[in-house]
Amino acid sequence: MRKVKADPKGVLTGAHYLDGDFAIAEGGLAAGCRFFAGYPITPSTETAERFSERIPFVGGIFIQMEDEIASITALIGASWGGQKVMTVTSGPGFSLMQENIGLAVMMETPLVIANVQRGGPSTGLPTLTGQSDMMQAKFGSHGDYEIIALSPDSPQECFDLTIKAFNLAETFRVPVFVMTDECVGHMHEKVIIPPADEIEIIERKWYQGPKDKYLPYKPDKDLVPFMVKAGDGYRFHTTGLTHDERGYPVLNAEVQDWCVHHLVDKIRKNAHKIIELQEDQIDNAEVVVVSYGITSRVAIRAVQLARKAGIKVGTMRMITVWPFPEKRIKELAGKIKAFVVPEINLGQIGREVERCAFGQAPVIGVTHCGGWVHDPEDILKAIKEAVR
Amino acid sequence: MSEIRFSGYGGQGIIRCGLITGKAVSLFDNKFGTMTQSFGPEARGSACSSQLVISDERVLYPYITRPEILVSMSQDAYEKYEPDLRGDGTLIYDTDLVKPKPVRDEIKYFGVPSTRFAEEMGNRIFGNLVMLGFFTAITKLVSPEAMKKALPGLVPKRFLELNIRAFDKGYDYGIELLAKEKEKPPAMIKPDEKPPVSKPKKRAPRKAKS
Repeated sequence: MRKVKADPKGVLTGAHYLDGDFAIAEGGLAAGCRFFAGYPITPSTETAERFSERIPFVGGIFIQMEDEIASITALIGASWGGQKVMTVTSGPGFSLMQENIGLAVMMETPLVIANVQRGGPSTGLPTLTGQSDMMQAKFGSHGDYEIIALSPDSPQECFDLTIKAFNLAETFRVPVFVMTDECVGHMHEKVIIPPADEIEIIERKWYQGPKDKYLPYKPDKDLVPFMVKAGDGYRFHTTGLTHDERGYPVLNAEVQDWCVHHLVDKIRKNAHKIIELQEDQIDNAEVVVVSYGITSRVAIRAVQLARKAGIKVGTMRMITVWPFPEKRIKELAGKIKAFVVPEINLGQIGREVERCAFGQAPVIGVTHCGGWVHDPEDILKAIKEAVR
Repeated sequence: MSEIRFSGYGGQGIIRCGLITGKAVSLFDNKFGTMTQSFGPEARGSACSSQLVISDERVLYPYITRPEILVSMSQDAYEKYEPDLRGDGTLIYDTDLVKPKPVRDEIKYFGVPSTRFAEEMGNRIFGNLVMLGFFTAITKLVSPEAMKKALPGLVPKRFLELNIRAFDKGYDYGIELLAKEKEKPPAMIKPDEKPPVSKPKKRAPRKAKS
């Protein structure tokens, strides 16, 4: 793993007034993404538009594919070709991508997918917000696996977290999701893009050894195998089938056990390096509000009102939603009266909090089906109920 | 904190109004400005709007709830959004395109013939900039310098000068109006006493494709 400075070509240094979708595109370009394949879908289209405008000028490629299945497949190929790659989508498009997200996981392919969530299921609410793809991000493809998902609450974070997503994808050879939503995607705010030499980029761990000794799935000390660029002369094989260190299919229970454990362990055992939380006034809190994305921002207003009313309330904002901060939730559960979990779905992450709290603290969900962001009063009501 | 709604019909540059003002306060006036906008069919012809929250601190709730300023450039949009305007709010409207209802509560009314002014300058497309100039003068929520600095990148380069002139036209008109009002306070522009009958749009219903 090598840390470098961002390539100034892709970095639009300065203060801008951008929406979240544009900021994702700028984050991708700053991180060094030079291949984008996608299919336009509201409310994520602006990211693709911006990429199509900007990427030719930084020496990259933009392809509008025939659908989302083709988009993710193109990313897998381009990533193995040595590029940093990303796509953007929403609801139905994310569903179409699921099968090959599994392929990317199995082939340990670094790539970034931004999902600008809208109300679902199906075509649902194309122009209105939702956070109901959180479980799909984790479990959408078949089989046991682990991915990484981040959740920005503003256009600025869309920029910052897209860069972080690339760094994580390259570090762990895994698909990383930027799980934003229509509200943040279509919201215009100030976005500061720092100078290129202040942006830290993590380069893929390239294999340097002899050409005939390369093993694409032999875990390194950090559990992540080295990678090579297809076409550089290394002979290797990769497949969606259960494989050994050489990347050749071996279809038996023993190798299945090794292969799947490897995919899961490289994330689970490195979770402490991946998870990023923002906590506030949590030490003597009686209630902790756990939230992510746009909801975590709206929740602050409720928390401010609650504190004014004398309630000891802390907040935990999940920048990383997957892998889930299991240990931290467990730790807090023994010390507090209750968790309050507002989210724009019917309790997807709330259920995770409940699982990790292990009955030590009740979880009060503040949920709705999407189309709007929470009224802070509703969250405040739940906080008041929690201290009772 | 101030909540503002710009409204009109799609194509008038209503969303651009929100973008320009939001960029001006965020980048050049050292405040926080969060802009959200209409999406879908309404942004393409019927009543459309952009919403802006301006604050000295970070904006936590991105949408407007009870705007204190409503800028209206079409009758449809005015009628759709007027009920949300706060009782102590300000209505800013195009005098040729909007016929306001009788005065409600403590709402202050300020009108400008923005589209006509723009036509006199050569093209009605600058109507939104006349309106923004007027808005800047009346509300003082954003400095005229910041607004002008925000224009490059948001209006076509070759029309930048004309856009600035349109802005100035509206701004000067607003300053004059405020000065006149100071001289004799009750001389506020009085909206018509009778509410106008809104005419249904004459448009043949779309035929179903066979």
